[in-house]
Amino acid sequence: MRLKGKAHKYGPDVNTDVIIPARYLNVSDLDELTKRCMEDIDREFASRVRTGDFIVATTNFGCGSSREQAPLVIKHSGISGVIASSFARIFFRNAINIGLPVLECTEAAEATEMGDELEVELTTGEIINLTKSKKFYAKPYPAFMLEITKEGGLIEYTKERLRAKKP
Amino acid sequence: MTLTERILAAHSGKRKVSPGEFISATVDLVLANDIMAPLAIKEFQRLGVGKVFDARKVVMVPDHFCPNKDIQSAEQAKLMRQFAREQGLVYFEVGRMGIEHVLLPEQGLALPGQVIVGADSHTCTYGALGAFATGMGSTDIAVAMAMGEVWMKVPPTIRFVYHGELPKWVGGKDLILYTIGDIGVDGALYSVMEFSGEAIDALSMDGRFTMANMAVEAGAKAGIFNVDNKTKEYVTMHGNETYLTYQSDEDAEYANVIEYDVSKIEPQVAFPCLPSNVKPLSQVGEVRLDQVVIGGCTNGRLGDLRVAARLFQGKQIHSEIRCIVIPGSQQVYLEALREGLIETFIEAGAAVSTPTCGPCCGGHMGVLAAGERCLSTTNRNFVGRMGSPQSEVYLASPAVAAASAILGRIASPEEVIS
Repeated sequence: MRLKGKAHKYGPDVNTDVIIPARYLNVSDLDELTKRCMEDIDREFASRVRTGDFIVATTNFGCGSSREQAPLVIKHSGISGVIASSFARIFFRNAINIGLPVLECTEAAEATEMGDELEVELTTGEIINLTKSKKFYAKPYPAFMLEITKEGGLIEYTKERLRAKKP
Repeated sequence: MTLTERILAAHSGKRKVSPGEFISATVDLVLANDIMAPLAIKEFQRLGVGKVFDARKVVMVPDHFCPNKDIQSAEQAKLMRQFAREQGLVYFEVGRMGIEHVLLPEQGLALPGQVIVGADSHTCTYGALGAFATGMGSTDIAVAMAMGEVWMKVPPTIRFVYHGELPKWVGGKDLILYTIGDIGVDGALYSVMEFSGEAIDALSMDGRFTMANMAVEAGAKAGIFNVDNKTKEYVTMHGNETYLTYQSDEDAEYANVIEYDVSKIEPQVAFPCLPSNVKPLSQVGEVRLDQVVIGGCTNGRLGDLRVAARLFQGKQIHSEIRCIVIPGSQQVYLEALREGLIETFIEAGAAVSTPTCGPCCGGHMGVLAAGERCLSTTNRNFVGRMGSPQSEVYLASPAVAAASAILGRIASPEEVIS
Protein backbone atom coordinates (compact mmCIF):
# COMPACT_ATOMS: atom_id res chain seq x y z
CA MET A 1 0.00 0.00 0.00
CA ARG A 2 1.41 3.37 -1.08
CA LEU A 3 0.88 6.31 1.27
CA LYS A 4 1.65 9.97 0.70
CA GLY A 5 1.64 12.93 3.08
CA LYS A 6 3.54 15.63 4.91
CA ALA A 7 5.91 15.01 7.83
CA HIS A 8 5.31 16.34 11.33
CA LYS A 9 8.79 16.17 12.79
CA TYR A 10 9.81 15.74 16.42
CA GLY A 11 12.97 14.90 18.36
CA PRO A 12 13.82 12.10 20.80
CA ASP A 13 11.75 10.64 23.68
CA VAL A 14 8.30 11.83 22.54
CA ASN A 15 6.39 10.30 25.44
CA THR A 16 2.81 9.14 25.80
CA ASP A 17 2.13 11.98 28.26
CA VAL A 18 2.60 14.51 25.45
CA ILE A 19 0.94 12.34 22.78
CA ILE A 20 -2.19 12.20 24.95
CA PRO A 21 -1.92 13.62 28.50
CA ALA A 22 -3.31 11.35 31.24
CA ARG A 23 -5.38 14.24 32.56
CA TYR A 24 -7.74 13.77 29.57
CA LEU A 25 -8.14 10.02 30.03
CA ASN A 26 -11.28 10.37 32.14
CA VAL A 27 -13.10 9.89 28.82
CA SER A 28 -12.79 7.05 26.29
CA ASP A 29 -14.36 8.93 23.36
CA LEU A 30 -11.77 8.93 20.59
CA ASP A 31 -13.08 12.09 18.84
CA GLU A 32 -12.72 14.03 22.10
CA LEU A 33 -9.27 12.60 22.88
CA THR A 34 -7.94 13.21 19.37
CA LYS A 35 -8.43 16.98 19.78
CA ARG A 36 -5.67 16.78 22.45
CA CYS A 37 -3.16 14.77 20.40
CA MET A 38 0.41 16.12 20.83
CA GLU A 39 -1.02 19.17 22.65
CA ASP A 40 1.75 19.55 25.24
CA ILE A 41 4.60 19.73 22.70
CA ASP A 42 2.83 20.97 19.56
CA ARG A 43 -0.29 23.06 20.08
CA GLU A 44 -0.86 23.41 16.30
CA PHE A 45 -0.72 19.68 15.53
CA ALA A 46 -4.46 19.03 15.76
CA SER A 47 -5.30 21.90 13.39
CA ARG A 48 -2.35 21.33 11.02
CA VAL A 49 -2.60 17.57 10.51
CA ARG A 50 -4.16 16.26 7.26
CA THR A 51 -5.29 12.73 6.51
CA GLY A 52 -2.38 10.72 5.16
CA ASP A 53 0.35 12.70 6.97
CA PHE A 54 3.23 11.09 8.86
CA ILE A 55 4.76 11.64 12.27
CA VAL A 56 8.55 11.46 12.08
CA ALA A 57 10.71 11.42 15.22
CA THR A 58 14.14 10.28 16.33
CA THR A 59 14.80 7.83 19.18
CA ASN A 60 12.48 6.19 21.73
CA PHE A 61 9.16 7.38 20.28
CA GLY A 62 6.21 6.63 22.55
CA CYS A 63 8.11 6.08 25.79
CA GLY A 64 6.27 6.14 29.11
CA SER A 65 2.80 4.82 29.76
CA SER A 66 1.15 1.72 28.30
CA ARG A 67 -1.89 3.76 27.25
CA GLU A 68 -3.18 2.46 23.95
CA GLN A 69 -4.96 5.76 23.56
CA ALA A 70 -1.56 7.11 22.35
CA PRO A 71 -1.38 5.18 19.05
CA LEU A 72 -5.19 5.38 18.79
CA VAL A 73 -5.32 9.21 18.78
CA ILE A 74 -2.43 9.36 16.32
CA LYS A 75 -4.26 6.99 13.98
CA HIS A 76 -7.58 8.73 14.52
CA SER A 77 -6.10 12.14 13.69
CA GLY A 78 -5.42 10.84 10.18
CA ILE A 79 -1.75 9.97 10.51
CA SER A 80 -0.99 7.11 8.12
CA GLY A 81 2.18 5.98 9.90
CA VAL A 82 4.95 6.86 12.35
CA ILE A 83 8.58 6.77 11.23
CA ALA A 84 11.21 6.87 14.00
CA SER A 85 14.83 5.94 14.68
CA SER A 86 13.50 3.70 17.47
CA PHE A 87 10.27 3.06 19.36
CA ALA A 88 9.52 2.38 23.01
CA ARG A 89 8.38 -1.24 23.20
CA ILE A 90 4.84 -0.89 24.57
CA PHE A 91 4.00 1.82 22.02
CA PHE A 92 5.38 -0.31 19.17
CA ARG A 93 3.36 -3.31 20.32
CA ASN A 94 0.19 -1.27 20.75
CA ALA A 95 0.60 0.26 17.28
CA ILE A 96 0.96 -3.19 15.68
CA ASN A 97 -2.02 -4.47 17.68
CA ILE A 98 -4.34 -1.64 16.55
CA GLY A 99 -3.05 -1.44 12.98
CA LEU A 100 -1.08 1.84 13.01
CA PRO A 101 1.95 1.38 10.71
CA VAL A 102 5.23 2.02 12.54
CA LEU A 103 8.49 2.14 10.61
CA GLU A 104 11.94 2.01 12.16
CA CYS A 105 14.50 3.92 10.07
CA THR A 106 17.20 6.13 11.60
CA GLU A 107 18.36 7.59 8.26
CA ALA A 108 14.85 8.68 7.20
CA ALA A 109 14.08 10.01 10.68
CA GLU A 110 17.23 12.10 10.78
CA ALA A 111 17.01 13.44 7.21
CA THR A 112 13.36 14.48 7.38
CA GLU A 113 12.28 17.96 8.42
CA MET A 114 8.92 19.42 9.41
CA GLY A 115 6.68 19.72 6.36
CA ASP A 116 8.68 17.46 4.03
CA GLU A 117 6.57 15.51 1.55
CA LEU A 118 6.90 11.73 2.06
CA GLU A 119 5.84 8.68 0.11
CA VAL A 120 5.85 5.27 1.84
CA GLU A 121 5.31 1.78 0.47
CA LEU A 122 4.27 -0.29 3.46
CA THR A 123 4.83 -3.74 1.95
CA THR A 124 8.48 -3.06 1.12
CA GLY A 125 9.25 -0.48 3.83
CA GLU A 126 10.39 1.98 1.19
CA ILE A 127 10.36 5.61 2.40
CA ILE A 128 10.84 8.39 -0.19
CA ASN A 129 11.40 11.94 0.96
CA LEU A 130 10.09 13.78 -2.13
CA THR A 131 11.17 17.19 -0.82
CA LYS A 132 14.78 16.05 -0.39
CA SER A 133 14.73 13.49 -3.24
CA LYS A 134 16.07 10.73 -1.01
CA LYS A 135 15.07 7.11 -0.61
CA PHE A 136 15.32 4.95 2.53
CA TYR A 137 14.32 1.48 3.67
CA ALA A 138 12.73 0.73 7.05
CA LYS A 139 13.64 -2.32 9.09
CA PRO A 140 11.31 -5.17 8.01
CA TYR A 141 8.80 -6.58 10.53
CA PRO A 142 9.46 -10.07 11.89
CA ALA A 143 7.19 -12.66 10.21
CA PHE A 144 5.02 -13.07 13.30
CA MET A 145 4.17 -9.38 13.50
CA LEU A 146 3.51 -9.31 9.78
CA GLU A 147 0.82 -11.94 10.40
CA ILE A 148 -0.92 -9.67 12.92
CA THR A 149 -0.68 -6.71 10.54
CA LYS A 150 -2.10 -8.79 7.68
CA GLU A 151 -5.12 -9.78 9.78
CA GLY A 152 -5.72 -6.09 10.56
CA GLY A 153 -4.64 -6.13 14.21
CA LEU A 154 -4.49 -8.41 17.22
CA ILE A 155 -8.25 -8.74 17.75
CA GLU A 156 -8.84 -9.94 14.19
CA TYR A 157 -5.77 -12.18 14.41
CA THR A 158 -7.07 -13.74 17.65
CA LYS A 159 -10.57 -14.17 16.22
CA GLU A 160 -9.04 -16.03 13.31
CA ARG A 161 -7.19 -18.32 15.75
CA LEU A 162 -10.41 -18.90 17.70
CA ARG A 163 -12.23 -19.81 14.48
CA ALA A 164 -9.45 -22.25 13.56
CA LYS A 165 -9.71 -23.94 16.98
CA LYS A 166 -13.40 -24.72 16.53
CA PRO A 167 -14.21 -27.96 14.68
CA MET B 1 19.39 -19.27 30.85
CA THR B 2 18.65 -16.13 32.81
CA LEU B 3 15.87 -15.97 35.39
CA THR B 4 13.62 -14.32 32.78
CA GLU B 5 14.36 -16.98 30.16
CA ARG B 6 13.66 -19.73 32.71
CA ILE B 7 10.26 -18.23 33.59
CA LEU B 8 9.33 -17.66 29.95
CA ALA B 9 10.42 -21.18 28.93
CA ALA B 10 8.28 -22.67 31.71
CA HIS B 11 5.30 -20.60 30.55
CA SER B 12 5.60 -21.48 26.88
CA GLY B 13 6.06 -25.25 27.21
CA LYS B 14 9.67 -25.12 26.04
CA ARG B 15 12.85 -26.45 27.58
CA LYS B 16 14.80 -23.46 26.40
CA VAL B 17 14.08 -19.99 25.00
CA SER B 18 16.54 -17.47 23.59
CA PRO B 19 16.40 -13.68 23.19
CA GLY B 20 14.63 -12.63 19.99
CA GLU B 21 12.46 -15.76 19.84
CA PHE B 22 8.69 -15.24 19.51
CA ILE B 23 6.66 -17.23 22.01
CA SER B 24 3.12 -17.52 23.25
CA ALA B 25 3.29 -17.42 27.05
CA THR B 26 0.56 -18.41 29.49
CA VAL B 27 -0.19 -15.74 32.08
CA ASP B 28 -0.78 -16.18 35.81
CA LEU B 29 -2.27 -12.77 36.45
CA VAL B 30 -3.87 -10.09 34.26
CA LEU B 31 -4.42 -6.57 35.59
CA ALA B 32 -6.35 -3.47 34.52
CA ASN B 33 -7.29 -0.16 36.16
CA ASP B 34 -10.09 2.38 35.75
CA ILE B 35 -8.54 4.30 32.84
CA MET B 36 -7.27 1.33 30.81
CA ALA B 37 -9.98 -1.26 31.54
CA PRO B 38 -12.82 0.44 29.59
CA LEU B 39 -10.87 0.12 26.31
CA ALA B 40 -9.75 -3.43 27.17
CA ILE B 41 -13.34 -4.45 27.95
CA LYS B 42 -14.55 -3.01 24.62
CA GLU B 43 -11.88 -5.01 22.75
CA PHE B 44 -12.60 -8.11 24.85
CA GLN B 45 -16.25 -7.94 23.81
CA ARG B 46 -15.25 -7.78 20.12
CA LEU B 47 -13.59 -11.19 20.56
CA GLY B 48 -16.96 -12.75 21.36
CA VAL B 49 -15.66 -15.33 23.86
CA GLY B 50 -18.12 -14.40 26.61
CA LYS B 51 -16.11 -15.29 29.71
CA VAL B 52 -12.55 -14.46 30.75
CA PHE B 53 -10.14 -17.43 30.75
CA ASP B 54 -10.02 -17.63 34.56
CA ALA B 55 -11.87 -15.10 36.73
CA ARG B 56 -9.53 -15.73 39.68
CA LYS B 57 -6.58 -14.55 37.60
CA VAL B 58 -8.01 -11.27 36.31
CA VAL B 59 -7.71 -8.32 38.69
CA MET B 60 -9.28 -4.87 38.36
CA VAL B 61 -8.43 -1.92 40.57
CA PRO B 62 -10.06 1.52 40.57
CA ASP B 63 -7.01 3.62 41.44
CA HIS B 64 -6.17 6.24 38.81
CA PHE B 65 -9.09 8.68 38.96
CA CYS B 66 -10.75 7.02 41.97
CA PRO B 67 -12.42 7.80 44.30
CA ASN B 68 -14.17 9.23 41.22
CA LYS B 69 -12.87 12.72 40.48
CA ASP B 70 -15.66 13.76 38.09
CA ILE B 71 -18.67 12.41 36.21
CA GLN B 72 -16.65 11.02 33.30
CA SER B 73 -14.29 9.15 35.66
CA ALA B 74 -17.32 7.83 37.52
CA GLU B 75 -18.71 6.44 34.25
CA GLN B 76 -15.43 4.67 33.45
CA ALA B 77 -15.14 3.24 36.97
CA LYS B 78 -18.76 2.08 36.75
CA LEU B 79 -18.13 0.30 33.47
CA MET B 80 -15.16 -1.54 34.97
CA ARG B 81 -17.02 -2.40 38.19
CA GLN B 82 -19.98 -3.84 36.26
CA PHE B 83 -17.72 -5.95 34.07
CA ALA B 84 -15.81 -7.19 37.13
CA ARG B 85 -19.08 -8.18 38.84
CA GLU B 86 -20.54 -9.88 35.77
CA GLN B 87 -17.38 -11.87 35.22
CA GLY B 88 -16.72 -12.53 38.92
CA LEU B 89 -13.21 -11.05 38.73
CA VAL B 90 -10.90 -10.18 41.59
CA TYR B 91 -11.96 -6.59 42.28
CA PHE B 92 -10.98 -4.16 45.04
CA GLU B 93 -13.52 -1.46 45.79
CA VAL B 94 -12.69 2.04 47.06
CA GLY B 95 -12.13 1.68 50.81
CA ARG B 96 -10.51 -1.72 50.31
CA MET B 97 -8.20 -0.91 47.45
CA GLY B 98 -4.75 0.48 46.93
CA ILE B 99 -2.56 1.68 44.10
CA GLU B 100 -2.47 -1.49 41.99
CA HIS B 101 1.28 -2.10 42.19
CA VAL B 102 1.34 -1.71 45.96
CA LEU B 103 -1.84 -3.74 46.36
CA LEU B 104 -1.20 -6.91 44.33
CA PRO B 105 1.97 -8.07 46.13
CA GLU B 106 0.46 -7.10 49.49
CA GLN B 107 -2.66 -9.18 48.75
CA GLY B 108 -0.51 -12.15 47.84
CA LEU B 109 -1.73 -12.13 44.23
CA ALA B 110 1.62 -11.36 42.60
CA LEU B 111 4.09 -14.18 43.30
CA PRO B 112 7.59 -15.34 42.36
CA GLY B 113 7.91 -17.26 39.11
CA GLN B 114 4.70 -15.89 37.61
CA VAL B 115 4.13 -14.19 34.27
CA ILE B 116 2.04 -11.09 34.97
CA VAL B 117 0.68 -8.67 32.39
CA GLY B 118 -1.10 -5.43 33.17
CA ALA B 119 -2.60 -2.53 31.27
CA ASP B 120 -0.24 -0.19 33.05
CA SER B 121 3.42 0.38 32.26
CA HIS B 122 4.45 0.08 35.92
CA THR B 123 3.28 -3.54 36.03
CA CYS B 124 7.03 -4.25 35.96
CA THR B 125 6.98 -3.56 39.75
CA TYR B 126 6.30 -7.26 40.49
CA GLY B 127 9.75 -8.14 39.18
CA ALA B 128 10.88 -7.40 42.75
CA LEU B 129 9.30 -10.74 43.68
CA GLY B 130 11.14 -12.68 40.99
CA ALA B 131 8.14 -12.64 38.64
CA PHE B 132 8.25 -11.71 34.97
CA ALA B 133 5.87 -8.77 34.87
CA THR B 134 5.32 -6.33 32.04
CA GLY B 135 3.00 -3.53 30.95
CA MET B 136 0.91 -3.78 27.80
CA GLY B 137 -1.86 -1.90 26.05
CA SER B 138 -5.58 -2.50 26.33
CA THR B 139 -5.85 -4.76 23.25
CA ASP B 140 -3.12 -7.08 24.53
CA ILE B 141 -4.89 -7.19 27.89
CA ALA B 142 -8.21 -7.96 26.19
CA VAL B 143 -6.61 -10.94 24.45
CA ALA B 144 -4.85 -12.03 27.67
CA MET B 145 -8.20 -11.90 29.52
CA ALA B 146 -9.82 -14.03 26.84
CA MET B 147 -7.07 -16.53 26.08
CA GLY B 148 -4.89 -16.61 29.20
CA GLU B 149 -1.84 -16.11 27.03
CA VAL B 150 0.09 -13.36 25.26
CA TRP B 151 2.53 -13.17 22.38
CA MET B 152 5.97 -12.08 23.35
CA LYS B 153 9.44 -11.66 21.99
CA VAL B 154 11.92 -13.11 24.49
CA PRO B 155 13.93 -10.08 25.65
CA PRO B 156 17.69 -9.99 26.17
CA THR B 157 18.74 -9.43 29.79
CA ILE B 158 21.13 -6.75 31.01
CA ARG B 159 22.61 -7.56 34.40
CA PHE B 160 23.17 -4.68 36.81
CA VAL B 161 25.49 -5.43 39.71
CA TYR B 162 25.53 -3.07 42.68
CA HIS B 163 28.65 -3.52 44.83
CA GLY B 164 29.41 -2.08 48.22
CA GLU B 165 27.41 -0.71 51.11
CA LEU B 166 24.63 1.84 50.70
CA PRO B 167 25.48 5.21 52.26
CA LYS B 168 23.07 6.84 54.71
CA TRP B 169 19.86 8.17 53.07
CA VAL B 170 20.56 6.25 49.87
CA GLY B 171 17.97 3.62 48.93
CA GLY B 172 16.22 1.90 46.04
CA LYS B 173 14.98 5.17 44.53
CA ASP B 174 18.48 6.61 44.40
CA LEU B 175 19.92 3.44 42.86
CA ILE B 176 17.34 3.32 40.09
CA LEU B 177 17.53 7.08 39.37
CA TYR B 178 21.33 6.82 39.27
CA THR B 179 21.08 3.87 36.87
CA ILE B 180 18.58 5.60 34.56
CA GLY B 181 20.79 8.71 34.68
CA ASP B 182 23.69 6.54 33.56
CA ILE B 183 22.05 4.50 30.78
CA GLY B 184 19.32 6.93 29.67
CA VAL B 185 15.56 6.61 29.13
CA ASP B 186 16.14 4.09 26.33
CA GLY B 187 19.24 2.50 27.86
CA ALA B 188 17.47 -0.83 28.41
CA LEU B 189 15.04 -0.62 25.47
CA TYR B 190 13.24 -3.97 24.87
CA SER B 191 15.50 -5.62 27.49
CA VAL B 192 15.09 -6.96 30.99
CA MET B 193 17.05 -5.29 33.78
CA GLU B 194 18.22 -7.94 36.26
CA PHE B 195 19.32 -6.35 39.53
CA SER B 196 21.94 -8.07 41.68
CA GLY B 197 24.96 -7.58 43.93
CA GLU B 198 25.52 -7.24 47.66
CA ALA B 199 23.82 -3.83 47.86
CA ILE B 200 20.70 -5.45 46.37
CA ASP B 201 20.92 -8.34 48.85
CA ALA B 202 20.92 -5.73 51.62
CA LEU B 203 18.01 -3.77 50.14
CA SER B 204 14.51 -4.11 51.66
CA MET B 205 11.61 -5.50 49.63
CA ASP B 206 10.15 -1.96 49.54
CA GLY B 207 13.40 -0.73 47.98
CA ARG B 208 13.32 -3.53 45.42
CA PHE B 209 9.72 -2.72 44.44
CA THR B 210 10.83 0.88 43.85
CA MET B 211 13.66 -0.21 41.57
CA ALA B 212 11.60 -2.71 39.57
CA ASN B 213 8.83 -0.10 39.25
CA MET B 214 11.10 2.29 37.35
CA ALA B 215 12.68 -0.26 34.98
CA VAL B 216 10.23 0.95 32.32
CA GLU B 217 11.69 4.47 32.66
CA ALA B 218 14.86 3.06 31.08
CA GLY B 219 12.75 1.52 28.30
CA ALA B 220 12.93 -1.98 29.79
CA LYS B 221 10.30 -4.65 29.26
CA ALA B 222 10.76 -5.75 32.85
CA GLY B 223 12.96 -5.38 35.91
CA ILE B 224 13.69 -8.53 37.87
CA PHE B 225 15.38 -9.80 41.04
CA ASN B 226 16.40 -13.34 41.95
CA VAL B 227 14.42 -14.75 44.88
CA ASP B 228 16.21 -14.74 48.25
CA ASN B 229 15.20 -15.12 51.89
CA LYS B 230 13.78 -11.59 51.98
CA THR B 231 11.49 -12.40 49.07
CA LYS B 232 10.39 -15.66 50.69
CA GLU B 233 9.68 -13.94 54.02
CA TYR B 234 7.66 -11.26 52.24
CA VAL B 235 5.60 -13.80 50.32
CA THR B 236 4.96 -15.92 53.44
CA MET B 237 3.97 -12.82 55.40
CA HIS B 238 1.41 -12.08 52.71
CA GLY B 239 -0.22 -15.47 52.94
CA ASN B 240 1.47 -17.75 50.43
CA GLU B 241 3.44 -20.91 50.86
CA THR B 242 3.20 -22.45 47.41
CA TYR B 243 4.91 -20.86 44.46
CA LEU B 244 7.66 -21.74 42.03
CA THR B 245 11.01 -20.01 42.03
CA TYR B 246 13.52 -19.79 39.23
CA GLN B 247 17.09 -18.54 39.34
CA SER B 248 19.54 -17.34 36.71
CA ASP B 249 22.07 -20.03 35.83
CA GLU B 250 25.72 -19.49 36.72
CA ASP B 251 26.53 -19.47 33.01
CA ALA B 252 23.51 -17.43 31.88
CA GLU B 253 24.18 -15.20 28.89
CA TYR B 254 23.66 -11.49 29.36
CA ALA B 255 23.48 -8.83 26.65
CA ASN B 256 25.59 -6.65 28.92
CA VAL B 257 26.81 -6.50 32.52
CA ILE B 258 26.95 -3.08 34.17
CA GLU B 259 28.58 -2.69 37.58
CA TYR B 260 28.33 0.13 40.09
CA ASP B 261 30.01 0.93 43.40
CA VAL B 262 27.11 2.18 45.50
CA SER B 263 29.31 3.47 48.33
CA LYS B 264 30.00 6.54 46.17
CA ILE B 265 26.35 7.23 45.28
CA GLU B 266 24.56 10.23 46.83
CA PRO B 267 20.80 10.73 47.05
CA GLN B 268 19.65 11.50 43.48
CA VAL B 269 17.21 14.03 42.03
CA ALA B 270 15.75 13.82 38.51
CA PHE B 271 15.21 17.28 37.02
CA PRO B 272 12.48 18.04 34.47
CA CYS B 273 11.50 16.66 31.98
CA LEU B 274 13.01 13.16 31.90
CA PRO B 275 13.71 10.60 34.64
CA SER B 276 17.25 10.35 33.24
CA ASN B 277 18.00 14.03 33.86
CA VAL B 278 19.56 13.14 37.18
CA LYS B 279 21.87 15.08 39.50
CA PRO B 280 23.43 14.06 42.81
CA LEU B 281 21.91 16.04 45.68
CA SER B 282 25.12 18.02 46.29
CA GLN B 283 24.87 19.51 42.77
CA VAL B 284 21.20 20.47 42.84
CA GLY B 285 21.65 24.09 43.97
CA GLU B 286 18.75 26.28 45.11
CA VAL B 287 15.43 24.92 43.76
CA ARG B 288 12.38 26.45 45.49
CA LEU B 289 9.26 24.28 45.55
CA ASP B 290 5.48 24.73 45.76
CA GLN B 291 4.41 21.15 46.37
CA VAL B 292 5.83 17.87 47.64
CA VAL B 293 4.13 14.51 47.00
CA ILE B 294 5.10 11.42 48.99
CA GLY B 295 3.53 8.17 47.80
CA GLY B 296 2.62 6.51 44.52
CA CYS B 297 3.30 3.02 43.16
CA THR B 298 7.01 3.87 43.36
CA ASN B 299 7.29 4.98 47.00
CA GLY B 300 3.95 4.56 48.76
CA ARG B 301 4.86 1.58 50.96
CA LEU B 302 5.20 1.44 54.73
CA GLY B 303 9.01 1.62 54.64
CA ASP B 304 8.77 4.81 52.57
CA LEU B 305 6.30 6.42 54.96
CA ARG B 306 8.48 5.48 57.95
CA VAL B 307 11.48 7.29 56.45
CA ALA B 308 9.38 10.40 55.75
CA ALA B 309 7.77 10.38 59.20
CA ARG B 310 11.16 10.11 60.85
CA LEU B 311 12.15 13.40 59.20
CA PHE B 312 8.82 15.12 59.95
CA GLN B 313 8.96 14.16 63.65
CA GLY B 314 8.72 17.37 65.67
CA LYS B 315 9.12 19.53 62.53
CA GLN B 316 6.80 21.76 60.53
CA ILE B 317 6.35 21.72 56.78
CA HIS B 318 7.50 25.01 55.20
CA SER B 319 4.74 27.65 55.10
CA GLU B 320 4.83 27.88 51.28
CA ILE B 321 4.70 24.12 50.65
CA ARG B 322 1.64 21.94 50.07
CA CYS B 323 2.75 18.49 51.14
CA ILE B 324 0.53 15.58 50.11
CA VAL B 325 1.14 12.12 51.55
CA ILE B 326 -0.57 9.18 49.85
CA PRO B 327 -0.28 5.74 51.47
CA GLY B 328 -0.16 3.13 48.69
CA SER B 329 -2.99 0.96 50.01
CA GLN B 330 -5.62 0.78 52.74
CA GLN B 331 -3.37 -1.73 54.53
CA VAL B 332 -0.37 0.62 54.38
CA TYR B 333 -2.64 3.46 55.56
CA LEU B 334 -3.89 1.42 58.52
CA GLU B 335 -0.42 0.27 59.55
CA ALA B 336 0.90 3.82 59.25
CA LEU B 337 -1.98 4.97 61.42
CA ARG B 338 -1.26 2.32 64.06
CA GLU B 339 2.42 3.23 64.10
CA GLY B 340 1.57 6.90 64.60
CA LEU B 341 3.02 7.96 61.24
CA ILE B 342 -0.24 9.54 60.05
CA GLU B 343 -0.37 11.65 63.20
CA THR B 344 3.19 12.81 62.54
CA PHE B 345 2.28 13.82 58.97
CA ILE B 346 -0.79 15.75 60.04
CA GLU B 347 0.99 17.45 62.92
CA ALA B 348 3.73 18.50 60.52
CA GLY B 349 1.10 20.09 58.27
CA ALA B 350 0.71 17.51 55.50
CA ALA B 351 -2.49 16.50 53.71
CA VAL B 352 -2.99 12.73 53.93
CA SER B 353 -5.06 11.13 51.16
CA THR B 354 -6.81 7.84 50.59
CA PRO B 355 -4.79 5.67 48.14
CA THR B 356 -4.91 6.97 44.55
CA CYS B 357 -2.61 7.52 41.57
CA GLY B 358 -4.23 11.02 41.43
CA PRO B 359 -1.46 13.63 41.32
CA CYS B 360 1.22 11.45 39.70
CA CYS B 361 -0.55 11.53 36.33
CA GLY B 362 -2.08 15.00 36.69
CA GLY B 363 -5.49 13.53 37.45
CA HIS B 364 -6.57 14.98 40.78
CA MET B 365 -5.49 15.47 44.44
CA GLY B 366 -2.60 17.83 43.70
CA VAL B 367 -2.59 19.05 40.09
CA LEU B 368 -0.05 21.80 39.32
CA ALA B 369 -0.66 25.31 37.92
CA ALA B 370 1.61 26.96 35.31
CA GLY B 371 4.98 27.91 36.78
CA GLU B 372 4.63 25.64 39.83
CA ARG B 373 7.30 23.20 40.94
CA CYS B 374 6.73 19.88 42.64
CA LEU B 375 9.15 17.38 44.08
CA SER B 376 7.57 13.96 44.01
CA THR B 377 8.51 10.42 45.01
CA THR B 378 6.69 9.13 41.90
CA ASN B 379 8.30 7.87 38.69
CA ARG B 380 7.75 10.35 35.82
CA ASN B 381 8.52 14.01 35.27
CA PHE B 382 7.55 14.46 31.63
CA VAL B 383 6.14 17.78 30.37
CA GLY B 384 2.66 18.27 31.87
CA ARG B 385 2.82 15.03 33.83
CA MET B 386 1.31 16.48 37.01
CA GLY B 387 -0.73 19.28 35.47
CA SER B 388 0.10 22.39 33.45
CA PRO B 389 2.66 21.88 30.65
CA GLN B 390 4.37 24.92 32.21
CA SER B 391 4.80 23.21 35.58
CA GLU B 392 7.90 21.27 36.66
CA VAL B 393 8.32 17.90 38.38
CA TYR B 394 11.45 16.71 40.21
CA LEU B 395 11.80 13.08 41.31
CA ALA B 396 13.51 11.86 44.48
CA SER B 397 13.29 9.50 47.45
CA PRO B 398 10.89 9.89 50.40
CA ALA B 399 13.83 11.08 52.54
CA VAL B 400 14.73 13.91 50.16
CA ALA B 401 11.02 14.70 49.67
CA ALA B 402 10.38 15.06 53.41
CA ALA B 403 13.49 17.19 53.96
CA SER B 404 12.49 19.37 51.00
CA ALA B 405 8.93 19.80 52.32
CA ILE B 406 10.34 21.07 55.62
CA LEU B 407 12.85 23.48 54.07
CA GLY B 408 10.77 24.67 51.08
CA ARG B 409 13.49 23.83 48.58
CA ILE B 410 15.18 20.65 47.37
CA ALA B 411 17.18 19.68 50.45
CA SER B 412 19.24 16.92 51.99
CA PRO B 413 17.87 14.88 54.91
CA GLU B 414 21.17 15.75 56.59
CA GLU B 415 20.00 19.37 56.88
CA VAL B 416 17.01 18.20 58.94
CA ILE B 417 18.56 15.37 60.96
CA SER B 418 22.32 15.36 61.32
